[in-house]
Amino acid sequence: MISYLPYPVRINEIKVETEDGNLKTFKLVFENEAQRKAWKHVPGQFAMLSLAGQGEIPIGIASSPTEEGHLLFTVNRAGKVTTALHQMHTGERMGVRGPLGNGFPIDTDMKGKNIVIIAGGFAVTTLRATLIYLMEHRQDYGKITFIYGARTPGMLLYQDELQEWAKRDDVDLHITVDREAPGWDGLVGFVPTIAGQVAPSPGNSVALICGPPIMIKFTMPPLEKIGWTDDQVYLSLENRMKCGEGVCCHCNVGPTLVCKDGPVFTRTQVKKLPVEY
Amino acid sequence: MPTINEKLTEEIRTQAKALLANGTVAAVIGYSRGSLPMTVKPTVVRTAEDCGKLVWNSFCVLNLANYLPEVLKSVEPPRGPRDPKPEGPLAKVAVLATGCWSRNIVVQTQEHQVDPERVVVMGVASRGMVSRRKVEEQFAGREILTVEELDHDLVVKGADFEEKINRWSLVRDNCQTCTHPDPVLVDVRIGEPASERKNPNPFQQVDEIEGKSSEERWAWFTSEFSTCIRCYACRNACPLCYCPTCFVDDAKPQWVGKSLDAVDTGLFHLLRAYHCAGRCTDCGACESVCPMGINMRMLTKKLNKDVLNLYGVEAGMQPGSPLPLTTYATNDPQKFIVTEAKAVKEGV
Amino acid sequence: MKVFRLSQTELDSMVQGWSQNRRVYRPAAGRQQSAQADCAPGWERVAGSSPLTVATGPSKTSVKTFLFPQPETMQTYTLKSSDPDKGLLKEPEKTTGKQIIVGLRPCDARSVKLNNLPFREDPFYQASLARTVMVGFTCNTMCATCFCDQMGGSPMGTEGLDIAISQVDGTMIAEVLTPAGEELIADLSLTPAEDSDINALAERRKDCPQADSAKLDALKSRDLNKLYGAPVWQALGESCINCGACTFNCPTCYCFDVQDEVVRGQGRRIRYWDSCMFPLYSLHTTGHNPRGQKMQRTRNRFMHKLKYFPDRYGPFSCVGCGRCVQDCPVNIDIREVIHDLLAVE
Repeated sequence: MISYLPYPVRINEIKVETEDGNLKTFKLVFENEAQRKAWKHVPGQFAMLSLAGQGEIPIGIASSPTEEGHLLFTVNRAGKVTTALHQMHTGERMGVRGPLGNGFPIDTDMKGKNIVIIAGGFAVTTLRATLIYLMEHRQDYGKITFIYGARTPGMLLYQDELQEWAKRDDVDLHITVDREAPGWDGLVGFVPTIAGQVAPSPGNSVALICGPPIMIKFTMPPLEKIGWTDDQVYLSLENRMKCGEGVCCHCNVGPTLVCKDGPVFTRTQVKKLPVEY
Repeated sequence: MPTINEKLTEEIRTQAKALLANGTVAAVIGYSRGSLPMTVKPTVVRTAEDCGKLVWNSFCVLNLANYLPEVLKSVEPPRGPRDPKPEGPLAKVAVLATGCWSRNIVVQTQEHQVDPERVVVMGVASRGMVSRRKVEEQFAGREILTVEELDHDLVVKGADFEEKINRWSLVRDNCQTCTHPDPVLVDVRIGEPASERKNPNPFQQVDEIEGKSSEERWAWFTSEFSTCIRCYACRNACPLCYCPTCFVDDAKPQWVGKSLDAVDTGLFHLLRAYHCAGRCTDCGACESVCPMGINMRMLTKKLNKDVLNLYGVEAGMQPGSPLPLTTYATNDPQKFIVTEAKAVKEGV
Repeated sequence: MKVFRLSQTELDSMVQGWSQNRRVYRPAAGRQQSAQADCAPGWERVAGSSPLTVATGPSKTSVKTFLFPQPETMQTYTLKSSDPDKGLLKEPEKTTGKQIIVGLRPCDARSVKLNNLPFREDPFYQASLARTVMVGFTCNTMCATCFCDQMGGSPMGTEGLDIAISQVDGTMIAEVLTPAGEELIADLSLTPAEDSDINALAERRKDCPQADSAKLDALKSRDLNKLYGAPVWQALGESCINCGACTFNCPTCYCFDVQDEVVRGQGRRIRYWDSCMFPLYSLHTTGHNPRGQKMQRTRNRFMHKLKYFPDRYGPFSCVGCGRCVQDCPVNIDIREVIHDLLAVE
């Protein structure tokens, strides 16, 4: 039976991620030890963040299952609930309902393969969870390529971690910003351009792409040019959601319910759907 | 011998066909036959061949002005939200309009929702539209299978009955009290013009409610709106309700609760009525489309009375004039701010 | 299954007996003057001994209001700073006690079963279902807007009912179909039906329009994208005013929205009926709307009923009660839509 009752959690830490202050990462700890232990998620899944008096919002889980004891959510201030969330303080109580959705195929299609992760803007959240998971289970996967772009250096999320990851020799990291910026000596260019330059080989590989629709649209041609097929590409869809459990119908794309059947789909699956996302 | 409506239907088809065939308009908004007795379907016709679909009868209760802004947009070349307006004149749209609908087109023009240069009004004098609910109430519990319309009577048939009823007795309340059946705008005349109707008191129903004690009025109000299912058919059928986001749908801030709580439902109806003050033409679409049979029209009718008494204005009757409640004048009446009790005390 | 013969007096006293210690609801007779506080529009609580007769055809509003109430409290909480439980969402107090719905039609009873497909794991729906007993009246007459037979139901159908009451040649026959139904009549001494009654009922059932979905089932095998791209949607979308009259009175429309409501520091999270006809339904926070056009929303409703739901769960999400046909302000007729879609190659 579905439970719509969120788990009570406390905000343990709030980190402002970006220079515009619109993205904050909330570290949440369970109030109930049994619930903490029972929580199991897969990178790519999401949860409903619940604020009493405000409502619920679906947010991708930014922490890896390997980071035990807490959950991380990076939230953009946009609507009613996220605005209220941004005004909350450490120590305050809120709720988490989940994990919801399917997540990336870490134990199936991705296993033993080269993994190419392509992220744009703040869609990087669940891919951070994925990358950390992959690094913790490094021997289960082949070559890992991580391409991530933001508008400006100050809009990059998880900046401390990006520096840590850059030091590793078992991850091929490509961080880019849209335009030249003072103090930035890394890559400059849009994500699709960089993806075209890096041109990861499609052989025995899987790509996970999350970002604004326009980025996904322009990232595909360079990949296709070097032989990538739609079955190898995983995308994460977003739609307005209410129940998160495949009941209320809000997120439907044709017969598919993004919250239940997704949010992760292969590009082949997405192409069969009406364009209602 | 064709009936009045058959003649009007023929005329509408001929005129619509001509307007489309000679390229005057790109679309005609009218009605086509419904699948049930006493129903018609608002229809947009885009080719001369399709004009045979158009019909006219006493069941045309929806206000076609409601469709005008969207159909006008649909005949423009496609463009993005930030693209500039294309150069040159844009295609026109013809719309059937009775007295009240034409007044709504005037209001739409005053509120810059519609460019009058692009509208061809096919004016039809209204003989009063029949209330499907009134007919059904006459045959409570018995299913009506066909309704044939004669000039002055309706012939209502069911599996085991057939009755002829005087048409006027079944005409909607708003049409029965209407004094302006003839369109105020006419580009193409359909049928004969109608003269203004005399009505010593078009607000009699409102007066009756106002005459009650406050307890009785409250009882009327709570009872009338208690069966609302919040389907918003009244709002969506109204040509005045074109806000991109209605106040009931607003989440930030949330003005109105979403459940069937009597306070929320009442608030929705009251606020909606107030948004229509000085703009409503009493077309009766809201009341006609309500699946629960709620007479929400009484609220707008009351405000129509107030606007007439305070400002001497009936919505849409003077095309060039400003709207009473969106225009400030120093000699505006203040009675709606200063309550009577206060006025007496302060000697206003 | 037990079958009884009932007189109108026996029926009335039986229903009145139930209403002594349980909540019993029936379709409101005529235009309802005032909805009662515990009861949805279109229904009234049985009190007193007025004779129970039900007008031909389905009730004004559907039975879903009892299984999927508008609104349903999902959680409660306090926002008072002094309370250590501030902001803690809690399960609401459970509504207990049976509710008996009398006078619903076979189409509505069937809708409860259909809605149980998406709601089979939903705790609130299941709890409502468990405490609801349905005593239905089968139909001797189909209205001009009825098409239950084409959607896989039947005017004499009993699917979903606990007790089915039929009128056969002037005799009222009650079929007690489930343990919940048996519980209702446990203490009553009713006259068992004669074999001739049972035969006459079987005869009537055989003669009435049968569930015949063969023609419409053809729709299920049609290509989704072809139906989606069918030319019929343009004109439909142009006529539609995107109100919720069809969805809210539809027994099988089950979408809901969730909102928080706070009054003086005490809050509740409720779910309430939503309609895919409303632009807000699919609007993203970014302002992007995947179904931003009226036509797309109209299409979604029909595609959901006739294609998406069957693809997911098997049957159509429509019982053919004809309420939407009756109530649509612009006369959009689902039977015509089906007809047009069947023509799509």
